[in-house]
Amino acid sequence: MRQMTKRFPGVLALNSVDLDLYEGEILGLIGENGAGKSTLMRILGGDYPADEGEILFGGEQARITDVQHSIALGVSVIYQELNLAPNLDIASNIFLGREPRLGALAIVDKKQLYARAQELARRIGISASITTLVEKLSPGEQQLVEIAKALSVDCRILVLDEPTSSLSPAEAAKLFEVMRGLKRAGVAMIYISHRLAEVQEMCDRVIVLRDGERAGEISRPRHAELVSASTEEMVRLMVGRDISRFFPEHGREREAEAVMSVRDVTYPGGKGAVSFDLRSGEILGMAGLVGAGRTELVQALFGIEPKISGEVSIRGEKVEIRNPADAIAAGMGLVPEDRKALGVVLEMPVVENISLSSIGTYNPPFLDKTRETRTATELVDKLDIKTPSLAQLVQFLSGGNQQKVALAKWLATNPRILILDEPTRGIDVGSKSEIYKLIRALADDGMGVIMVSSEMEEIMGLADRVLVMHEGRCTGILDRHEISEESIMHLATGGTGN
Amino acid sequence: MKKLLGMTSLLALLIVAISAFEGQAFLSLGNMHNLLQRVGMMGIFAMGAGIVIMSGGIDLSIGSVMAFIGIVVALLAGDHWNPWLAAALVVPGCTLLGLWHAFVIDRFKLQPFLATLTTLLLLRGLARGISGGQAVHLKGFGVLGNDSWLWIPIPFWILIGIALVLGFLMNFTVYGRYLYAIGRNEDAVRYSGIKVNRIRMLAYAISAVLAGIAGVVELSYVSEVQPASAALMYEMWGIAAAVLGGCSLRGGEGSVLGVIVGVSLITVMHNGINLLGVNTEWEFAVIGVVILGGVIADAAYKLRAAKRVKA
Repeated sequence: MRQMTKRFPGVLALNSVDLDLYEGEILGLIGENGAGKSTLMRILGGDYPADEGEILFGGEQARITDVQHSIALGVSVIYQELNLAPNLDIASNIFLGREPRLGALAIVDKKQLYARAQELARRIGISASITTLVEKLSPGEQQLVEIAKALSVDCRILVLDEPTSSLSPAEAAKLFEVMRGLKRAGVAMIYISHRLAEVQEMCDRVIVLRDGERAGEISRPRHAELVSASTEEMVRLMVGRDISRFFPEHGREREAEAVMSVRDVTYPGGKGAVSFDLRSGEILGMAGLVGAGRTELVQALFGIEPKISGEVSIRGEKVEIRNPADAIAAGMGLVPEDRKALGVVLEMPVVENISLSSIGTYNPPFLDKTRETRTATELVDKLDIKTPSLAQLVQFLSGGNQQKVALAKWLATNPRILILDEPTRGIDVGSKSEIYKLIRALADDGMGVIMVSSEMEEIMGLADRVLVMHEGRCTGILDRHEISEESIMHLATGGTGN
Repeated sequence: MKKLLGMTSLLALLIVAISAFEGQAFLSLGNMHNLLQRVGMMGIFAMGAGIVIMSGGIDLSIGSVMAFIGIVVALLAGDHWNPWLAAALVVPGCTLLGLWHAFVIDRFKLQPFLATLTTLLLLRGLARGISGGQAVHLKGFGVLGNDSWLWIPIPFWILIGIALVLGFLMNFTVYGRYLYAIGRNEDAVRYSGIKVNRIRMLAYAISAVLAGIAGVVELSYVSEVQPASAALMYEMWGIAAAVLGGCSLRGGEGSVLGVIVGVSLITVMHNGINLLGVNTEWEFAVIGVVILGGVIADAAYKLRAAKRVKA
């Protein structure tokens, strides 16, 4: 791709970006949100044309007109949001819209369809039967189905946009295995990710974009000791400045009293009774593989799917939380994992999102717009939410700022306990760091914070203690000095406590 | 807001156009009085339809509720009840129907379409059953539907009163805020600690009570109820008026004032068709085409705006 330029009204999304890709190579493409990664890949995938610049395939110029054309040229783009039909089986998904036909009739040749699907599934190691419905598959397996779909049209260039963001470490490892296999077969891949460690592990070269321009290129470090230097270089190129410390300092270790005590709680989707204390001023990490029941546990504590049995006390007083309203009354807040569907109301202005949970307490039953505006203004300031105005609809904010709005909504209720479920999923490096600092500052102010996270770095960098779950049970709680990648993985894969 | 402006201009245009052709008849005091009467009668139940749509639901039971309430009040009055007393007892009872709708939607996760479609069938059937299929007449109760105060027809006064209350509810109370919010994203609102079911009860109860009031006004106006045909398909007029007035069937959008503009549009169109001497058999077709044009123009405008933003 040469001199790719794309203008959107008011923004220069891409400014003369060059990108070369060689056969059998995995090229990393990184950058903060809005850096132009997706725009570049959408041009390659035929979603929209570039304003300037040319694309050459094996030296021949091609004007990609639409998605079909791009696929015919051997390009497949797998977007972050998977494009599968959940109610069809694996084989039908792989050949969706391109089913082998019987003669000239519009009858699907099922025999051939399943035979070819079986062959593809074997090639990339899909273990589930190809007649399994896609909705029954884990996110990792669904990702593999997408890859099989791409391979079914003989793709030579495969673009993977944040493929691991919803995968467990084991599933990610499996995906990487498949990618290495494809690499040996000569498929060129472009790998987009916010997880720098993965990029380092998988990619031969990395191109960094910043503000629509190519900020630099880094080759894979030859020696292990150069890895951290290259990480720093990547971060520096992405944000254009040094992030001296990505994670804030840990809090002082203190023997604070329990702000919340959870005793023998069983919950829908769980398999055992969970007990733990949350101290004021601490960040309690909840680690585990995807599907370990962490989200279900915190949702039960928050009253979304109420707990089945057990006791929860807040500051020594027993509370019965049957719905989120009870939880809020008890001083809790929950920032859910699925930001766009549950965390914010996308088509509502920033100000109304921030006040949503607290406006009922200002001056009920009336709307106290003065106080609403004041509170929202303060929080936009405090959290440094980048929005042109309070009236801006949340859907037009970046992911990081949307997440800050979701957080601000709870800060407006003055909670004593804040539960964060995957607080930085799909958020760029700069915002991540800001959100980490914010979480730490809240804990320092005496709030008890529970942070569910599947990102090991995040747990290691931020949590004061770590509760680890495996298949719906709590397998252990690690104190600060016991936290290590090994100890967490040991418990997360079902190992018994110390 | 832009849509409201657009629809108001369309209304103005329509009025000018009809005036140009049939000015004398259209602009006569008598016709104006008649228009206010019509807008009042349709507006009462259309506002209920609109509130439910704003909350992300739909209420198909309105026409049947009107017929059923009309029959019940007329029958009670026939049994020597005071019709005012009968209405005063029966109309508040409509609240229960609204609560029922919210209950089955929440508890059994029934789609609002189905929850209220069953009521549409059930109440129409009951209305026909208890009346034996015969029209029920009620004399001496014409004040509500036929009289005027300060020249303005009573139904229009009722409309103004209800519109003020609902306008206040939607714009100056937290319930209004929550109602719009659940129309946009019910799950996120639930996760924010708001009891979604209570807000839904409010929306469906408002719609049911307004349908009840509209049923009584209709009964007073025509002084009889034909169980099989009274208020037939009125829910569709309510929905059409709400959509013309800026409500989106996806929920979360619209305003009380907008619904009234929508009602006025439909009423003026209806009136114009009659005055211009178009065969009344064509009326539905003409109104259908105009509504289609209006909503397509709006959708096209939105698509363009969305593209601009996305790009």
